[in-house]
Amino acid sequence: MEQVIIENEKEDLMVVQELKKHFPIKNGVFGKTTGEVKAVDGVSFTVKKGETFSIVGESGCGKSTVGMSLLRLTEPTSGKIIFNEENMLDKNRNELRDLRKNIQIIFQDTYSSLNPKHTIKKIISEPLVINRKMTNEEMETRVLELLDLVGLGPHHLYRYPHEFSGGQRQRIGIARALALNPQLIVCDEPVSALDVSIQSQILNLLEELQKKFNLTYIFISHDLSVVEHISDRVAVMYLGRIVEMGSREEVFQNPQHPYTKALMSSVPIADPKLKDKKQRIILTGDVPSPKNPPKGCHFHTRCPFKTEKCAEIYPEYKEIKGDHKAACHII
Amino acid sequence: MMERTIIKEVEDLNVIKKNSKRKSAEWAAFRGNKIGMIALWVLIIVSIMAIAAPLVAPYDPNTQDVINRMKSSSSEHWLGTDIYGRDVLSRIIYGARTSMLVGVISVALSSVIGFAIGMIAGYKGGKLDDILMRVLESIQTIPLLLLGLMVLVAAGSNIYTLILVITVGLLPSCARIARGSTLDVKEKEFVKAAISMGSGTIRILISHILPNVLSSFLVISALHMTSAIMVEASLSFLGLGIQPPTATWGNMIMDGFPHVATKPALAIYPGLALIIVSISFNLVGDALRDALDPHISKKRK
Repeated sequence: MEQVIIENEKEDLMVVQELKKHFPIKNGVFGKTTGEVKAVDGVSFTVKKGETFSIVGESGCGKSTVGMSLLRLTEPTSGKIIFNEENMLDKNRNELRDLRKNIQIIFQDTYSSLNPKHTIKKIISEPLVINRKMTNEEMETRVLELLDLVGLGPHHLYRYPHEFSGGQRQRIGIARALALNPQLIVCDEPVSALDVSIQSQILNLLEELQKKFNLTYIFISHDLSVVEHISDRVAVMYLGRIVEMGSREEVFQNPQHPYTKALMSSVPIADPKLKDKKQRIILTGDVPSPKNPPKGCHFHTRCPFKTEKCAEIYPEYKEIKGDHKAACHII
Repeated sequence: MMERTIIKEVEDLNVIKKNSKRKSAEWAAFRGNKIGMIALWVLIIVSIMAIAAPLVAPYDPNTQDVINRMKSSSSEHWLGTDIYGRDVLSRIIYGARTSMLVGVISVALSSVIGFAIGMIAGYKGGKLDDILMRVLESIQTIPLLLLGLMVLVAAGSNIYTLILVITVGLLPSCARIARGSTLDVKEKEFVKAAISMGSGTIRILISHILPNVLSSFLVISALHMTSAIMVEASLSFLGLGIQPPTATWGNMIMDGFPHVATKPALAIYPGLALIIVSISFNLVGDALRDALDPHISKKRK
């Protein structure tokens, strides 16, 4: 696996190696650590410049924690996050501040992602105020330019977030993320809270901006149809680990891991004729607790194809085609 | 070109309209609360009287007129005179000065310091939070009146010590409320977005957290005014607060207390003043809370 990373190094924007985030469970008066929630348990992937890399999975699989860790908004337990050939986890606070300008984040909840007491102008100009010495006029021009980019106008400048619809608020969030000309934007379920008609507007906006500024996206979502629409490459997470990863076509057309197969078969099909032909794989049981993940392959408790080996050893990644790989014993 | 400027002007106008609407939304909610408004007017009048006491009061509060002592209400002395023949109304007006002064200064100090501590503790968390909150909780275990008694007996009574004691006594509850609100706000994603933009701790505290905890700041300050004024009056009543002959409501109640059977008015008038002002602060606090509460304001919309 090391080999693969080195070969592609030229185009790589971000390389994540063995990223782990374990939340300690504290009990009692003295806060004794009695266990750990392994939210992210050894995740490695590479994001190339200009692509959209999606992370999909059920809620609680650790995909949002990965997103937060990439900006060090939560401090990872161990691993490496190499961005532009610098390890983000080695940086002190000031170095991190400079590095972070290149990575911005868009959130799911548009209510809590904008400060309700600030005007739109203040919200969008904040990153400019913090990071650049700009005159007020330059800043105003830049804010107007950003508003224009996301399809809002100057008459929105002095309004407050509660006066906007969900889609408009998400546009404001995108404008704020763009203010510092970042290279990478982490999109943490950016359209999950929106109406379907608004979702496509926001997705189109994101695609348009990607082309314009050569942006790289890490797109975190549980919505497979959205992911299929926007991604170049896809990683499927289950219980803190990536179980399958590859190009969008490969993962969606030729899924190998039983969990990915089950996920893909859950996507509803609008055509009733095709729908009857489709086989649904319905998983039994619940996702095990990340406090106490099952031994061996994390998925073996729900897997319809499990063998004895699955309960003992966590499978290595197997290459299927190009960079399409999956962690399963039976493929 | 002409058209554009006109459109811009219209837009600007709309912006201004929108802004003024927004700013008055909470004020309108407050104004809709009749009881709160009455209480606010009472407090405004009392404050004006306190500030302009030398102009408003009909007599000097400390001039004794022994011949006319213990008089009942008359056209000369509206609320009568006390055991030394001093005018009760004038003394109540001057007493408002002391009460308001002690109340405003100690509440301002305790709210500002308390909120600063609470916000830092809540935002930083960890050991710092534990230490700060345990220290403040240990202060809170001593009732404010008892704390006042102990400190004033030990350090001697004067107005500075009194203000200091009340400030320290009110600190913990301010800090706790600030900490609670901060814990709520700091989990919001706009704080995370600010961190990812490179904001430092101070910037986040002032620009993002403070505006969102300001409503609890106002409410708790109004409610604390009641406590501060009551404690000052209680300590003065016990003879440990402001020393005679300076007029305070507590002193006046104490002066009237021995004669409560023969001349109850001497204790009742300052007592009434105390009750009216205390209740007014409480009502204003409640009205503020209702007006600033986002859940209630949502229902209103």
